[in-house]
Amino acid sequence: MSAQTPAVDPTRRIARAALWVGLAILLAAPFIGLYPIFMMTALCFAIFACAFNLLLGFTGLLSFGHAAYFGAAAYATGWLVRSAGWPPEVGVLAGTIVAGACGLAVGLIAIRRQGIYFAMITLAMAQMIYFVFLQAPFTGGEDGLQGVPRGKLFGILSLADDRVMYYVVLAVFLAVFLFIIRIVHSPFGQVLKAIRENEPRAISLGYDVDRYKLLAFVLSTALAGLAGSIKVLAVGFATLTDAHWGQSGEVILMTLLGGLGTFAGPVIGAFTIIGLQNFLADQVGSWINVIIGLIFVVCVVAFRRGFVGELLAWLKRRANYTGTRTANEDTAP
Amino acid sequence: MEIFGIPLQAFLGQLLLGLVNGSFYAMLSLGLAVIFGLLGIVNFAHGALYMIGAYAAFVALDRFGINYWFALVIAPVVVGALGVVIERTLLQRLYKIDPIYGLLLTFGLALIAEGVFRYWFDVSGQSYPVPDLLQGSTNLGFMVLPNYRAWVVVASLSVCLGTWFLIERTSLGATLRAGTENPRLVQAFGINVPMMVMLTYGAGCALAALAGVLAAPVIQITPLMGSNLIIVVFAVVVIGGMGSILGSILTGVALGLVEGLTKVFYPEASNIVVFVIMAIVLVVRPAGLFGKEK
Repeated sequence: MSAQTPAVDPTRRIARAALWVGLAILLAAPFIGLYPIFMMTALCFAIFACAFNLLLGFTGLLSFGHAAYFGAAAYATGWLVRSAGWPPEVGVLAGTIVAGACGLAVGLIAIRRQGIYFAMITLAMAQMIYFVFLQAPFTGGEDGLQGVPRGKLFGILSLADDRVMYYVVLAVFLAVFLFIIRIVHSPFGQVLKAIRENEPRAISLGYDVDRYKLLAFVLSTALAGLAGSIKVLAVGFATLTDAHWGQSGEVILMTLLGGLGTFAGPVIGAFTIIGLQNFLADQVGSWINVIIGLIFVVCVVAFRRGFVGELLAWLKRRANYTGTRTANEDTAP
Repeated sequence: MEIFGIPLQAFLGQLLLGLVNGSFYAMLSLGLAVIFGLLGIVNFAHGALYMIGAYAAFVALDRFGINYWFALVIAPVVVGALGVVIERTLLQRLYKIDPIYGLLLTFGLALIAEGVFRYWFDVSGQSYPVPDLLQGSTNLGFMVLPNYRAWVVVASLSVCLGTWFLIERTSLGATLRAGTENPRLVQAFGINVPMMVMLTYGAGCALAALAGVLAAPVIQITPLMGSNLIIVVFAVVVIGGMGSILGSILTGVALGLVEGLTKVFYPEASNIVVFVIMAIVLVVRPAGLFGKEK
């Protein structure tokens, strides 16, 4: 490395500028003609994908059943707000806790096996939760839970207006986004990355790997639950689709397409997939699953770093070429 | 005659249904185990291949008038060839990277297959007639045994045991097992390992398709039939552990029976009983009933 002081690292500068532009677009969204329900759904899935990425991208654990927690929280919040008349903020909190509790129960069992078995176990447990929802009386079975009111936030701010609701969703999204950055940069997050890179080594360094994995799993499932709870308020219903394995697959795809282990990747992935579904739904009908499957195949075979990962790699190559210092990949957005 | 307040005929009927399901679990988990052993890939598409097998039989009869017995041969061959193509064009790119990518790729393939069959056949089910030879039932005195169901159990268990014999008791099987342990060394002995891997994947896929053809007359053929089954089979594989061929056969059959029994005594739980057992096994014996802790 050169002795010159690297005043501002160009990769990081570009990344930062991109984040500000993204934030500006999100803040201005209701005024530049972006359909609010679409934006809210996309943001909820962005929260969901960020939560999932904390587990797969930063801890290296593939959970194939994250929709179960998303769905569990959606049902819990939906039922509490609609049938028990709880205020929305308490309902969301309760939904998040329910999802975290389910995550704790499944996590305790799933962390007993590593690697590919972990994925199969989380998938099987999520299917079990799905069947419980299918048969339980409070979920409305095939019809789902309809007509969930948004209510008043803290008893004063009515969420009935789409714009108000949008900014609440955006605030929650930003909080989760920053929270995940904070976690990843904390000593705890460093241990998670150590586990991802080399689990036996982390064990030999004296870390209680299982406890770290379990905590990461519970955090991730609780945040996935938060996404589900917010979603049920935003769109007003919860259905079995929310908890189905197809949904678990979609959140994996969002994260993979955007860029595993990057901060902005899952957000971009979520907007891409939700946008694609919205845009294509009228035009291709049932072919949407085929398209999702094709994107999956292409991503795995040729595009494993995802949008953000590829972009970072390109910027890094360019920076190396011009001889400037490069950013650490993990600290980039 | 009654058993725990349930008419004996109904009880044995459910048990037989459980045995039929168990035979399918055994065949599918066997294929998964063989593929995982040699390729290190958990084949999510296994359920989709099973579905394609059933549809192949249906289309063969419906469009071309090819009967059940020929379908029993043709469907596995077609699906096996499809498997070979998938292995050559896609899977072989993934052998050097994390096995989760194999799971994700095959998941994508399953979505594609499901979507395409949904477009062709809609989500409503198709039914396939029981072949003439196996129609009717035999009265055993204590129960009436539908001939076709008996055939399914006998045929699939024979295939399972045949596969077990091939892998554990022949020199071809010994080569396969050696390839699982140390592919580079096996290659050094002059065996074409990539070819062996390709054919193994094809054979695993053919096995799934065969299960599909056997299942066609006893179930509704729908594009989604595979995905719902494959998740249960994953749980079966976790319970049995993928280390042992005989183990996965036994686990598959046993869990089918348990599911059948649950349908008799507590039908509400029959969908989830396999998952509950999986959770219990993981707590008591994390490596699975027949698995070895690595």
